[in-house]
Amino acid sequence: MEMKQIIFVLLYLVCAPFIGGFLDGVDRKLSARMQGRKGPSVFQPFYDVIKLFQKEPLVVKRSQTFLVMTYLIFMVITGGLFFAGMDLLLCFFSLTTCAMFLVLAASFTHSPYASVGCQRELLQMMAYEPMVLLTAVGFYVATDTFYVKDIIGMDMSAIVFLPGVFVGFLFILTIKMRKSPFDLSTAHHAHQEIVRGVTQEMVGSNLALIHLAEWYETVFLMGVVALFFINSNPVSYVVALIVVLATYFFEILIDNVSARVNWKVLLVSTWVVTLVAGGVNLTILVLMHR
Amino acid sequence: MANVSRSPWLLHYDGSSCNGCDIEVLACLTPVYDAERFGVVNTGNPMHADILLITGGINSQNAAVVEQIYNQMPNPKVVCAVGTCACTGGVFKECYNIKGGADTVIPVDIYVPGCAARPQSIIDGIVQAVGLFQKKHEEMKKEKK
Amino acid sequence: MNLIPFLICFPFVVAVFMYLIRNNKIRNGVAYVSLGVIMATAAFLLVDFISNGARASAYQVENELVEMLILIAEVGLMFLVVYQCIRYKKYLISLLSVVQTLLVIWLEHFGPVIADTPQLYLDRLSMLMIVIVAFIGGMITIYAVGYMHGYHHYHTEFPDRRYYFFSLIFVFLGAMFGLVLSKSMLWLDFFWEVTSICSFLLIGYTKTDEAIQNSFRALWMNLLGGLMLAIGIASAVFQMGLVDIQSIVNNGLIIPIACFAFAALTKSAQLPFSRWLLGAMVAPTPSSALLHSATMVKAGVYLLLRLSPALSGTMTGTMVSFVGGLTFLLASLLAISKSDAKAVLAYSTISNLGLIVACAGVGMRQTIWAAIYLLIFHAVSKAMMFQDVGAVENSLHSRNIENMQGLIYRLPRLAFIMLIGIAGMYLAPFGMLIAKWAAFKAFVDASNPLLIIFIAFGSSTTMFYWTKWMAKIIGPPRVDTPLRDVTKKNEYASLYIHAFFMVVICLLCVPMSKYVVLPIELDLFGSATMTLDSADIMVMVILLIAIVVLPFICYLGTKRHKRKHVISYMNGVNAGDNKNFIDSFGEEKQLYTANWYMMDYLGENKLLTPCIIVSAGMLLIMMCLIIGGAV
Repeated sequence: MEMKQIIFVLLYLVCAPFIGGFLDGVDRKLSARMQGRKGPSVFQPFYDVIKLFQKEPLVVKRSQTFLVMTYLIFMVITGGLFFAGMDLLLCFFSLTTCAMFLVLAASFTHSPYASVGCQRELLQMMAYEPMVLLTAVGFYVATDTFYVKDIIGMDMSAIVFLPGVFVGFLFILTIKMRKSPFDLSTAHHAHQEIVRGVTQEMVGSNLALIHLAEWYETVFLMGVVALFFINSNPVSYVVALIVVLATYFFEILIDNVSARVNWKVLLVSTWVVTLVAGGVNLTILVLMHR
Repeated sequence: MANVSRSPWLLHYDGSSCNGCDIEVLACLTPVYDAERFGVVNTGNPMHADILLITGGINSQNAAVVEQIYNQMPNPKVVCAVGTCACTGGVFKECYNIKGGADTVIPVDIYVPGCAARPQSIIDGIVQAVGLFQKKHEEMKKEKK
Repeated sequence: MNLIPFLICFPFVVAVFMYLIRNNKIRNGVAYVSLGVIMATAAFLLVDFISNGARASAYQVENELVEMLILIAEVGLMFLVVYQCIRYKKYLISLLSVVQTLLVIWLEHFGPVIADTPQLYLDRLSMLMIVIVAFIGGMITIYAVGYMHGYHHYHTEFPDRRYYFFSLIFVFLGAMFGLVLSKSMLWLDFFWEVTSICSFLLIGYTKTDEAIQNSFRALWMNLLGGLMLAIGIASAVFQMGLVDIQSIVNNGLIIPIACFAFAALTKSAQLPFSRWLLGAMVAPTPSSALLHSATMVKAGVYLLLRLSPALSGTMTGTMVSFVGGLTFLLASLLAISKSDAKAVLAYSTISNLGLIVACAGVGMRQTIWAAIYLLIFHAVSKAMMFQDVGAVENSLHSRNIENMQGLIYRLPRLAFIMLIGIAGMYLAPFGMLIAKWAAFKAFVDASNPLLIIFIAFGSSTTMFYWTKWMAKIIGPPRVDTPLRDVTKKNEYASLYIHAFFMVVICLLCVPMSKYVVLPIELDLFGSATMTLDSADIMVMVILLIAIVVLPFICYLGTKRHKRKHVISYMNGVNAGDNKNFIDSFGEEKQLYTANWYMMDYLGENKLLTPCIIVSAGMLLIMMCLIIGGAV
């Protein structure tokens, strides 16, 4: 591993929770402004997590805690693999394993809301997974490597070859970041029973760990967005940063202007977009490659 | 000592009420009053909540429910009775099925009067509850030591 | 060198004894000893093979008696099928058998001159199959001894015909050895036929109406495959006078290869022939385990692997890989709607085989690497899962996944093995995923976008049904009554050995690739490349250790935490615990949370028929194009 990768990983391990939390705060602030409110401080997510750690630790079933912790640690590992420049497909497989631990943690109590949330979360995973895998394949076809460290060393940004895949990835990013219209299993707004099903039985520090994991995940996902734009030219890093911020803003905008859809619309629309945007892009690329 | 007062999460329970206070509580969370600027989040889950807002009186059917929800909240926690019914039973007090205010089943910390309670006084009640939340947190920490 | 004939003949001899010995204890003893002999023979053969430098070698059987015996057996099998068909009034099916047998006999004794060729052949792929059949098949048989005891104890409605059951199983093992060792297609066809008829008899073991129905479905589908095999042989004989599989592959004879591929598709239960495998679920669990993991379905895949060098870039290859990819996706979609554990396993088998078939169909070195990997992992993990589900069924008296809620508390050992098995089927970083990963890379290298899309969608649907099953196992039990674990020691022995192997092959996947998979590739293609980098696999192994160790550390770390217990949230109406709630009439009701099966969208009655029609149409059109193009 090169020096650069080590620095990236260390930066990720240390800074990701701060960046993720800050982005979350910006999200809440911007959402409030879009709704004509003042909104909370941008540091509100940190206040929330600090408070959650202070609360009395209640559990419905004790072993849930270790599943939640494993979820967090695996999320950190996933991002770590990505920023270490490892195989992109491996990162995505690891991400799936993370999501699976979340589902297991959620379903551990089998309470009604947690069960509903858990099945919905599974549905969402089923919806976004094909596009995630196609994204990795797209990178491979475009750059002849799955390795993140090689992809960022290319002469040309991958986006040139992968506009369709990028569109598809943005689409599933809405599910992954739990934004309307696709926030069936866990939403960030109006915390009510069914739309917070996954975290229903997680109290205090357990919930705080989930938040931390989500922040790590946000940074990882934004990293993937940046990967579309980064090449060997240092200027591309600036471009990537701007695109990442624009993407984040775009997701907030979508969140605020759309209503939640039902699961059929979610599944069918995601798969159609995956096939049309991702599939067609990939097919053309593969045939050209041949 | 951590400052927990910046993140009070609410749980709203509507008991045996005319729904007037119920609607006023929800109104507080609309953009007009914007309770979120204090970090308030309206949760649907006692296990995530710090402050329990009760509107409406306690009748024989919901007494057990209120008690159970209260027990599911992790400490430190604050209970805020919003509206005359939740404070004392209000106009329904003499009904055959009404036990009285929220304090007949759980300990209430803050009483917000009014029929219906106005958003301004509800927010005031929440702000006082937040202060108490911090105080209880500090007491809890001291006790632990 | 007498080991090979011995390995093939010995199980048949044992089968006769199994049939004759009617005392259960003595029969079980004989079964154990013979299985020991079979495993030891396979092990000796392996050692012998390796010490000879793992060179492929062919054996000529110069004995008229053997030819005579096979002829008699072929005719005997034909009469058996005809008799059964007449008995149950399925006259058309008997035609499939008669035509095929007569065709083969005519070719062998009265047809054109056939180039003299050794009948038996041992190379690395055969050796791998022998190890799988001998050890996994053997282990399943050991398990079956205990299982069938419990089975007849609880199912008194079925006559106890264990002598018949075990005799069939040994015939099966013998036929499998013969099949994977045959070089001559005539011999392969004979053993192929034996496995078809054995599976037919095993499925119909209980003689219920459903079992009979399903067994005949399995029979006609497999006989159709056998017929295609015979037609393929005839075509090869007429074209070049060849019956030697290697020569046929090397010469790239189009029609024979297409026919063989078609036969392989029926055997490995690819769409549209998947229904026989689903119907095979009515049989007692050991026979399902045997059919699904080590033997029957693997025969088809084995044949495809043999053919794979000739499939690359041909129309037949496209057909095979398309059918495989489609089956991978559709079977995993169908599995979502199933709550019967064995049905889920059946669909998952079909789906995984689809992936192997797709890999074989592409016929490139990288895809074969993935295919062999998948084959090994699938054999071990599926055998384990089937035995585990069978053991759970004996204790729980149900194999519905919904009833397995809280299994980890009620039958902890079986549930733990089940979790390992499920994790191994789809989760990073376990075995199947490594193979899937390799398949992914290989399909990209093969520039096949359609297969990439199939595998991407198929993986996501696979995840859905496995995870919800897993979630059910670790949930809280619905009832607190303890469950008596009636699993026998020999059943556990087999289960533990499988679980151990499962973990070992996950950990040792790098050496396995180097010493097992790559040499097989070398045999088939003359050169070999690894699809995945060793570094990648090492990361996987590290992840594997992490996934085992991390939860454990977290568990130990959190064990000491003092945490207050609360009841779960049900809007404040729990009746004092997490299992019951107070309904609107003030009465206590039990909480029942079920998994989501999407029956209205993905149910068998909605999806299966369209799937079969579409795939049958595709297969027919492509077969016509291939044969038409060749003629």
